[in-house]
Amino acid sequence: MSVTYLEAIRAAQEKALAEDPRVFIYGQDVGVFGGAFKATKNLAAEFPGRVMDSPLSEDAIVGMAIGAAIEGARPIVEMQFADFSTVGFNQIVNQAATLYYRTDVPCPIVVRLPSGGTLGAGPFHSQSMEAIYSHYPGIVVMTPATVEDAYSMLLEAVSIDDPVVFCEHKLLYYHLKAEKLPDTAMPAGKARIARAGRDATVVTYSAMLHESLQAAEELVQEGWQIEVIDLRTVKPLDTDTVLASVARTGRMLAVGEAWPWGGVTAEVIARVATEGFGLLDAAPMRLNAKETPVPYHPDLWAAHRPTATTIAARLRQLLTQ
Amino acid sequence: MLLARATEDKLASLYRAGMIKGGVFLGKGQEALSTASAIFLRKGDIFGPLIRDQAGRLAFGDTVLDTFRTYLGSAQGPMRGRDGNIHRGRPREGYYAMISHLGAMVPVVAGGLYARRLRGETGVVGVTSIGDGGTSTGAFHEGINLAAVERLPLVVVIANNQYAYSTPNNRQFACGDLLDKAAGYGIAGYKCDGTDPAACLETLHMAVQSAREGNGPQMVVATLLRLVGHGEHDDAGYVDASLRKANVGRDCLEVGANQLAENGLARPEDIAAWTKEAQAEVEAALNKAQREKGPDPSAEEWCAISTARLIDGHSGAEEE
Repeated sequence: MSVTYLEAIRAAQEKALAEDPRVFIYGQDVGVFGGAFKATKNLAAEFPGRVMDSPLSEDAIVGMAIGAAIEGARPIVEMQFADFSTVGFNQIVNQAATLYYRTDVPCPIVVRLPSGGTLGAGPFHSQSMEAIYSHYPGIVVMTPATVEDAYSMLLEAVSIDDPVVFCEHKLLYYHLKAEKLPDTAMPAGKARIARAGRDATVVTYSAMLHESLQAAEELVQEGWQIEVIDLRTVKPLDTDTVLASVARTGRMLAVGEAWPWGGVTAEVIARVATEGFGLLDAAPMRLNAKETPVPYHPDLWAAHRPTATTIAARLRQLLTQ
Repeated sequence: MLLARATEDKLASLYRAGMIKGGVFLGKGQEALSTASAIFLRKGDIFGPLIRDQAGRLAFGDTVLDTFRTYLGSAQGPMRGRDGNIHRGRPREGYYAMISHLGAMVPVVAGGLYARRLRGETGVVGVTSIGDGGTSTGAFHEGINLAAVERLPLVVVIANNQYAYSTPNNRQFACGDLLDKAAGYGIAGYKCDGTDPAACLETLHMAVQSAREGNGPQMVVATLLRLVGHGEHDDAGYVDASLRKANVGRDCLEVGANQLAENGLARPEDIAAWTKEAQAEVEAALNKAQREKGPDPSAEEWCAISTARLIDGHSGAEEE
């Protein structure tokens, strides 16, 4: 038996619904249809009245979840695509994110964002929004890269009292598999060393973890041992694990699928440069998508995002600096 | 209404004296509608007021003391100096704390009602208000539409006070009447004269009752004129002088006083005495709030989430 990343997300929601009557799911087509990606398949039948189709209204969906959370519910809302969350942006960053600081009332909502690029998805179904939401105080931003994390971190997202933007990667939905769902889990907020190495550190998250691991494998043949860190949660960012790794390797490349301006890779480099400058043997580098809207044609898309090939090339530069 | 007017008159004078921390946004001329919006709510109901609802806030249970605490930035106010003026609230008590983005409270109040229904509670009502300008926002539309689809007991009170900041109605909406929107959303709608306290009470009583009985969202559109600027920084020079002289420009407090006198419920001297009483309450609250301390930045918990282990410890802020 094996479980996909998408099945893990579904299983986590099923468990959350079963264990806590305060949990409900709201979003476009999440009911009988089971969601655009089937992340809520069968849940409406299993939990009548607690998995409901919403109107096509991202602002109202998130606002509704916030009101429900104020009253003690623990809503999970699905944005059909991360890109569409921009329509609910105001409620996420101004209403949900400010509630606890302003009023001392926490806001336990989970906003699921099917994120990142896939073949032929184009400019409006491919975006990575994690940096934008991380910029605002008051939001936890999870970016699971593995089946196990998709499951355990979503359960954790539902259980904590704060708003969580849960960036699940669409490319990983069907292809990433694990033998079984985990019984124990590493908590959110902790980064994981996905691959140990001594020559350079790659700091990454989400789908880029898998490209980075592949790049590291490529470089083994050239005699390099690359350490790969999966951030798992981009806010909070586990700077300690990153710095400890850089202390061992002396070199760092930050890789993200999002656009380069600002963002998670910029934050990682800023922290390493300000807190670990003395640990560095070379200037830290980063690799992001190109600074254009995400293109539609598969060939353009493949060249737009970082891949194992481009990550390996950037690592070669870093290692010979 | 008298207490709200006395509070706001004091706020205006404090603003002019430079004693308020931020802006002052008053509901002068909207007291009748605002009071009526909240007065039929019970404990357990939800009230999501907007900027001109000083009167409704008091009717829902907010205190004059908390009003001054918030405007003066007292650490003992509900917002502890972290947010000011009209943004105050006590969400745990069903008194939601608005954000500045108009329309945004409509789906939030709807969500509160949704959660109550999921818990099996019935007979609960949620009221939120908005101005003519706010009806142009996406959140207003999305929120009412969602509430209508879910048949939530939401009452949306629209104060058509003729201007959104300085923008007149004819630059704000093109439908003949804002009430036409109710039909578009498939919900019940009522119109009333917002300068007439008796009419406001009658209409809101009907709307709240109907929502409580399970008839889905209700919309009330009241016509009036805001008798002050958008905020106290605004002299409202753009307001058409003829509106001020028209029926819509009447002061609801004067209309109310006449209604009480005509029905033999209160004489002018009674109202004068109540006004004095309200002014004394305002003075007492102000004196108390003025003696309270503001927040201490060095003691402030600079933390925007409640889950301690997920606080980002390396934000680039200076180390302690």
